[in-house]
Amino acid sequence: MNQRTQKNATMDVRQVNGAVSVVDIRGDVTAASETALGEAYAAASTPTTAAVVLNFTGLEYMNSGGIGMLVTLLVRANRQRQRLLAYGLNQHYRQIFELTRLDEAIGIHDSEDAAVAAVDAR
Amino acid sequence: MTTQPAQPGSGEQADLSPRDAANWAKHVTTLRLGEVPAEAINLNVTGKRVVGPIQGFGKLWQKTYRVELTGLQTTPAEVIATWKQAFGSFWPKSGRFYGPLTSIAPGDVALLNLDVGGGAKLSTGILVLYADDESFTFMTPQGHVFAGWITFSAAQSEPDGATAAQVQLLLRTNDPIYELGMPIAISRKEDRFWQDTLTNLARHLGQADPVVTSLAVCVDRKRQWSNARNVWHNAGVRTALYMLGAPLRAFRRAPSGGRDEPRGRE
Repeated sequence: MNQRTQKNATMDVRQVNGAVSVVDIRGDVTAASETALGEAYAAASTPTTAAVVLNFTGLEYMNSGGIGMLVTLLVRANRQRQRLLAYGLNQHYRQIFELTRLDEAIGIHDSEDAAVAAVDAR
Repeated sequence: MTTQPAQPGSGEQADLSPRDAANWAKHVTTLRLGEVPAEAINLNVTGKRVVGPIQGFGKLWQKTYRVELTGLQTTPAEVIATWKQAFGSFWPKSGRFYGPLTSIAPGDVALLNLDVGGGAKLSTGILVLYADDESFTFMTPQGHVFAGWITFSAAQSEPDGATAAQVQLLLRTNDPIYELGMPIAISRKEDRFWQDTLTNLARHLGQADPVVTSLAVCVDRKRQWSNARNVWHNAGVRTALYMLGAPLRAFRRAPSGGRDEPRGRE
């Protein structure tokens, strides 16, 4: 497993299969986690990767800087013709994704299996 | 607070009581504005949805304006408290902020009246998306010049420990009309606006000669043509049409008792 650590945040990268990688996010997502998340995304992104799934099950705190960072990550994914998906968001963070309308670009799923299935279905 | 993460891959929700729960606005479908002063032009806020960079049209920009409060004994929390308390008073004269009288809180909706040059005005608004002790963020509605987030923050600078105040924008123009105006005037006006705001804030806090630095980064050069229809909500066009119609509305009302012209409607 490939791990990136930054102040109050840990990002682990796992390859589910050739087309899908998962970034397990634990701790705080703020502007301060930009480097860790960027490096995790780079590690998750191989030439065959079609989608990167963000696992928010361990998310403890997110501020508006964190939301901004997800937008820049989305731009990066689009540039590499990859999809960005998410799962593990509790009700509070789901509402934040809806309020900020991030859910219109980052597919939100109930579980890792559902997210991977959504990639495979394409 | 319980913050025990579930095992990766299990898909189960941890029992989280998020520390940030009170910092975020509650989910709203459309904006609703409270009472505003009679002199304000109240258009393009109530009933509008908020929009972020994903819903915008133009290139995605991250612009950062920053002022170091060198030599001042003030903490980031004190700077933000002052900023929230009298937010509109730090704006340059070209903009009026009709927000809550007390402070800035998550979920607040404010009306903005902006001079756009040549005597023309633009009426739009903002939602306070997020607020904590050291930062707060606005999100814009449909029709606003920009689709995105504006974050106001204060932090200790790394080298000398002085507090710095910052405005950071992450946004696209909302539609092709605004995007066309971006290189001509909008970008410069925006720069000037936030530089003046930070200068006013720094002076208020006691900085005699504030120096504001600016940094603009184009995060995404692609325009989102699928959002070109946002032009329907263009607040500049709608405000201009409203202003042009003012004499006609006054004329129509005159025979029925000459009531005062209402300052905008939703």
